[in-house]
Formats: sequence, C-alpha cells, structure tokens
Amino acid sequence: MIELNRRLFLKSAALIGCSAAAHPLMTSMTFASVPSDNRLVVIILRGAMDGLDAIQPYGDPMLAKLRQNISVGPDRGALDLDGFYALHPSLAPLLPLWQKGELAFAHAVSTPYRDKRSHFDGQDLLEAGTGHDLPVNWQVGGWLNRLLQAMPGSKAETAYAVGLEQMKILSGEAAHLGWAPQSSLNFSAQAQLLLEHIYHDDPLFRDTARDAFRISSETERTDVGKGADAEAVALGRFAADRLNAEARIAAFSITGWDSHANQGAVIGRALERLSGAILALREGLGENWGRTTVLAMTEFGRTVRENGSSGTDHGTGGALIMSGGAIRGGRAYGDWPGLGEGQLYADRDLMPTRDIRAYAGWAMRGLFGTELAAIEQSVFPGLDLGGDPKILA
Amino acid sequence: MTIDFPELAAIRLGFGLSPIMAPPPDVDALLAGLARSAPGPGAVTTAKAQELQNELMALRAVRRQDERSEKEFKAFNQRMGRTIAFDLRLRMARAVDDPTGFGERLVQFWADHFTIRPMGVGRNPLAMAFVDEAIRPHIAGRFEDMFFAADTHPMMLVYLDQNTSRGPNSMAARNRKDKKLGLNENLAREAMELHSLGAGAPYTQDDVRELAELLTGLTYDSKKGFAYRPQIAEPGAEQVLGVNYGGEKRASLDDIRAAFRDIARRPETAQYLSRKLAVHFVSDDPSPELVEAMASVWRETGGDLPQVYRVLATHPDLAANLRAKVRQPFDLVVAGFRALGITGKDVRDLEFKKFRAFAFDPMARMGQRWMNQNGPDGWPEDPQAWIAPQLLAARITWATQMPQRMLKKLPDPREMLVTTLGSTRSDGLAWAVPKAESQAEGVALILASNDFNRR
Repeated sequence: MIELNRRLFLKSAALIGCSAAAHPLMTSMTFASVPSDNRLVVIILRGAMDGLDAIQPYGDPMLAKLRQNISVGPDRGALDLDGFYALHPSLAPLLPLWQKGELAFAHAVSTPYRDKRSHFDGQDLLEAGTGHDLPVNWQVGGWLNRLLQAMPGSKAETAYAVGLEQMKILSGEAAHLGWAPQSSLNFSAQAQLLLEHIYHDDPLFRDTARDAFRISSETERTDVGKGADAEAVALGRFAADRLNAEARIAAFSITGWDSHANQGAVIGRALERLSGAILALREGLGENWGRTTVLAMTEFGRTVRENGSSGTDHGTGGALIMSGGAIRGGRAYGDWPGLGEGQLYADRDLMPTRDIRAYAGWAMRGLFGTELAAIEQSVFPGLDLGGDPKILA
Repeated sequence: MTIDFPELAAIRLGFGLSPIMAPPPDVDALLAGLARSAPGPGAVTTAKAQELQNELMALRAVRRQDERSEKEFKAFNQRMGRTIAFDLRLRMARAVDDPTGFGERLVQFWADHFTIRPMGVGRNPLAMAFVDEAIRPHIAGRFEDMFFAADTHPMMLVYLDQNTSRGPNSMAARNRKDKKLGLNENLAREAMELHSLGAGAPYTQDDVRELAELLTGLTYDSKKGFAYRPQIAEPGAEQVLGVNYGGEKRASLDDIRAAFRDIARRPETAQYLSRKLAVHFVSDDPSPELVEAMASVWRETGGDLPQVYRVLATHPDLAANLRAKVRQPFDLVVAGFRALGITGKDVRDLEFKKFRAFAFDPMARMGQRWMNQNGPDGWPEDPQAWIAPQLLAARITWATQMPQRMLKKLPDPREMLVTTLGSTRSDGLAWAVPKAESQAEGVALILASNDFNRR
C-alpha cells in the first residue's frame, strides 16, 4: 500500500505556513489587478468530520443497520434533502441555503491518503494537495499558494490566512497575508509614530509593521464572544471583510471533529461552528456572496460502523461541503458507492469514488479561469481532473 | 561599533542582558556555563512517561462506567494536556536564571535539530523525557552520543515510524504473512538527511534502505518500554556508506551504535552541522571561513561539541553579524523576562492561567506553538518566517501587555535601555524611548524594537 512520506512535505514545511510566508517587500510594485471578481474560501475541518453523519445517506438501508445511535435520518430529527440524503439537525441553519441553491455536497471523496489514518499526515496531504508518488522537488507549499502562483496579478492582499492556526494550504513562495480576528494593535498615536521611527532603517520590520497597522486599522477587532460557534463566526466575518476589499482567496480552519466517543455531542458542536462560519460569510459578503464559492474539506472520513462508545474511528471516504452564491447547489454530487457488503473500503470505511482535489480544481477553473494544465501540473501535480462536475452556477 | 565579549555573548549566544546578573566575562566562562544545562533534579524519564501514559490508557478504558470514572479520566487527560505548558514553564525558568544562557540556547537548538512531536496528549511526558535523556546529557559532549541517543529514543521511534518497521525477511514477518509487516525508511532517511550528513551529501537510496534495515529491531511501546527485538530485525549484514554492520552473528544494538558513530564522524556531517550551528547563531548565510573553521575542529576532534562551540564564540563573524537574526518567540519571551528583572522563580511560581497568558499563548500567536513544529525539519531560521504582519502584531501586543501584567513596578525605560541593550542600542531607539508618553509605552517600545527582537 502507498505510504505517506514526510519527506514530501519538507519543502513546504521550511516555508512556515500561516501568515509567515515570504514578505512582500515590493507590494507597491504590483499594479495589475486580479483578473477576477470571484471569491474562493477554503475551510479546513481538522479532526476528520464524519460525512455520513453531517449529510446522512439514510436512503441506503445499510446506514441504520450499521449505526444504531447516530446518522439516523428524518425519523430521528435530521432534515430530509432529496429523499436519499438528510442534513444533520445541527446544520438546520443551512437548510434555507440548500433550498436557494447555495449549498451542495459531494459524498465519498478523499485525498490519495490511505490506510495510515493519522490526522497530522492526512491534513498535511490535504493542504499540500499532492499525491505520494511525485518527485520531492514538486512538493512545494500548499495548493492555494500554488494557485496564487498561477494567477497573474496576484499580490499579497489577494489571499488571507485567517486565524491563529497555521494554514499550510497557503504556505509557499507566493506572497499572502495572515491575520487573526482577535489580533489588534492598541498603540497610542504617539507610540505608533515612535515605533515607525525606530523601525525606519530596518525594511523587514518597517514594511511588516506598516501592513500590520494598516490591516488592524481597516478591520475591526473582533472580540470573540461566548458560545459554541463564536470563534468560527469571527473567522467568517473577518474573511468576508477582507474578501469585500482586495482579497479573493481566504482560508481558515475549524477544529473539533474527532468523534471517537459520544459522537452526537461532539459533531453537533462542530457542525454549529461550521454553519456559523458559513452564515457569517454570507452575511458579511452581502452582494459578493453571489460570486463566492466556499469549500469545506476534511482530511478523511470515519468508519461506517459505529464503535462501542457511540462514536466512530478514523476512516477513508468523506464528504465535501460546498456553499456560496456561485454554487449550483441544492443537489448532491458524485457517485454513491453504497454501504453493503463488499462495497466498503477495507471492509470498514466509505469507499472513495472521487479525488476531492478534482472538485477544488474545477472550482478554480471556473472562478479564476486557471488553465487546466496549470491545475493538473502545478497546483495539484499529477492529478487527473476528470470530467467537469459543473458545481458552479 | 566595537562590542565587548560579555555583551556579545549575552545577546547573540544567550538570552540577552539582565539588570540582575552579569554576562559571562570570557569564552571559558561561557563554556563552563554549559554544565548548568545537564538534566535537572526533576528530569522526566521514559519509565515515568510510560507510567503516566499507561495510567491515562487505563482511565480511558474504564471511562463511562460511572460518573466518577468519567470525571477522573477527564481530569487526568487535562493534566496530561497541560504538561506541555508546564514543560515550557520549566524550560523558560531555567533559561531566565542561566547567567550565560548558552547552554539553554543549545538545548533549544539541539532539541529542534532532532525535532519530535508527541502527537497525542498521552505522549506529552515522553516528549519531555526525550529532552532530558537524549539532549541535555550530551550538549557538552560528543555529537555521536547525542545522535545515537536521539535517534534510538522511544519518542523518535514513535515520531518517525520506526516502531512499525519490520525487516521484510525477519522471523516475525515470515511467521505472520497475513499481517502487513514491512520496512519503514522514515527514520533512516531523516537520520542521514536531517540529522547528520545533510541533503545533497553523497549517500544513495540504497544507503537509506540499508540503514533502515539495520534499524529494524528498535521498538517502543508503553506497556513493555524500549526494547531491541532481534526477531523483527532484518537478518544478515547491512552495508551503509560502504561499511558492513552486523552479519553472521545475531543482530544487536551495538551494530546500530557503530553505524551512528561512523556517520557522525563523516566529514559531510562536520560540514553540515557546523553550518547549521553558524546559521542559527550567526547569520542565515554564514561565511565559508567560519563554517570551515568549525568543521575542521569538528573533524580533528571527532565532533567534540564544546571545541566546535569555542570556534563559533570567538570568531569575528559573531560580532560582524550582530542583529542578523530574529529572536524566535521562545528566545524573545525569555529575553523579555530577563530584561525586566523577572527571575526563574517568578516564572515557576506563575499559576497556569497566567503563564498561558504571558508566555504560552503569545508564543503561539507569534508563530511558535510549543511542541508543534510543522515537520521533522523543525522551526524555520529566516527572519521573514517570523516577521509577518500578524506575527509582528503579536510581538508588539505582548510587549505592550506583558510587562504591566507581570510587574507591580515597571522599570524606568531610560535605564532599561542601557541594562538590556548595553552599548548595542541604536540611535533611533535611544532617541524615541524618552519621548514615550508613559513609562509603560517606553518599556513596550524597547521590547517591540527591532534592536530587541533581533540578536
């Protein structure tokens, strides 16, 4: 079986993720504007979301047999979508989006990661966007960064890594910015002037501080309130704010999906965070929501069978949740592999029927006009994009 | 500007100047100070880490039996989670109290060179044992001993997948054909590429594979502890870099030790590690003269580390590249505590919440989440990796908030300028600090300055 090799990620790891990418000392030199008004938001769901519980394929009779306490369909409170799939009750706030065609999903997707089922390696591969079988020098940074490199006119302001979590998906050679909603710079005007004087002869500190004070003044500091979804809402709001300005790409992550036990409580809270973030994006983006695609991705799915502590363990096939006004929503994408005998991966997991990167690849093709060759050769090196699933409206 | 040795050593090789302790007067005092970084009285052992992990697993097994077992598990699990922060608090307290600081800087350097990540709260104590057992005993010794201790330590075996590696022709693999038992090259590759010879050194994929086969047999699990198990080791001799190890006789740990010793003494290792030390302590692009001076002593002495450090500490490049490096968040926070006259005892006595607020969380916001490096190559070295808008904002915010929350009485910024930066303070900073509107802002300007954030 294929083994994940950490060697593949060294190059990207060397260029620390998050906001710490190469600093755009020369930002003012770039006058060309980004050739698109469309927006892409990638939300990394860290901890392996159980797609079978988030979007329940209750029309497959095996689901209820394999899961006594979880994923139980409309009879037990889930919201029917199309007679086959039902939405977890904690995603109820997103039901109006489904009805308006602004929410969709693809089931049975995965990265090429197989069999080891480690969160760390799984997330590394998801954010690197690579396969296992490539020469080392192809493995540079995260796939959103390589998308930036393929976007003429992109500059630091074009992409934001939002939040305190490192976003390896944006690490790499292309300049981008990072900021957390709860960051602030509460310096008095006098102290700021003095600090500018102190940094004056040190270009790295001078230019970085200028960006920091600018971002801080342009954005409101979000005091993260109380409540399960407060931080996720703050991330969504901040991302929307930047996307309304010059940014076209934003990435952040939502944690807390590792539901080994008592899954009902664990995934319920996590889904509330996800729907809070999506609704904050929609509200914050206003008219721009119509030009926005949100992709919520997780490193792998979970076991199909419920375990002994009313939870699930690390699996393979999972679900991609798509949202945004640019989406052709209100429908399920992808091929359903079935949950019956002989249909599971390694007799335990949902069988992946499509590479999750194909959806992201077709999304960037539609949103930014990125060349197919660039997507297959540099953004997702070695990927066969396959047919267009036509997820964009 | 000519900088005298004590100031230079404190700023570039230690954690900065302090108003309450003197810097090392000369290079002999600097090197004598390394003895302070030996394992302390509270050192964590693998045996202790094993015990804690097993206790956690036992509590996990019975959780949900009743309310009491659930509560007990949660409390213990939380305690294990917090050990990471307790570990950081201890590490910082030692660094704050060390008058020369070089030893603790080297603990940081070598622990990062041999990056490990606990990956799960149950192994947090094992990550601490790694530093106490594999790094601290050897920072003032020979590299080959640290190399062997680090790459055969249980924490490394777990982190780099050695634990799951089986000789394809071992007895265990032959008897259990149904189970997937195979060779894993991860540790062998890092041992050569990251830990010793360096990428680009003349070794081949065959050398990696042969070393991986030689390493089969090394195991750790929390029930049985560390063991060398010949039944999972690949039989026969392995040829690594042209030398045969093992052979007709039963494979043993001594063969592995011999291989590590030979790799450690290779000239490529001398070159790679001399350069890495120079990059960390002197400049991202160190001069070939400095690197060669260190590497030649490395070769002559068989990697006797204090003799290599001596070259580094006495070379003119140390002064010539002042401020070329940005202090990593750990170094910045320790230097900040020292500059404010905060003692190691003050740090140790901080309650958990306050320590998180003053050190642990700010470090994460500055891009250095403790024990959570991106990959086995550890923390980045280049200044751009640490100075980006959000990360710099976190440094400035910490400089503004931490002193007022930690101290009842702030120092006079004009005096602090001298006690923390000595003769190295720049004109711009000396001009600006007295113009601050308050004492707190004056202190914040010093701690946020590029003078202070660089070394």
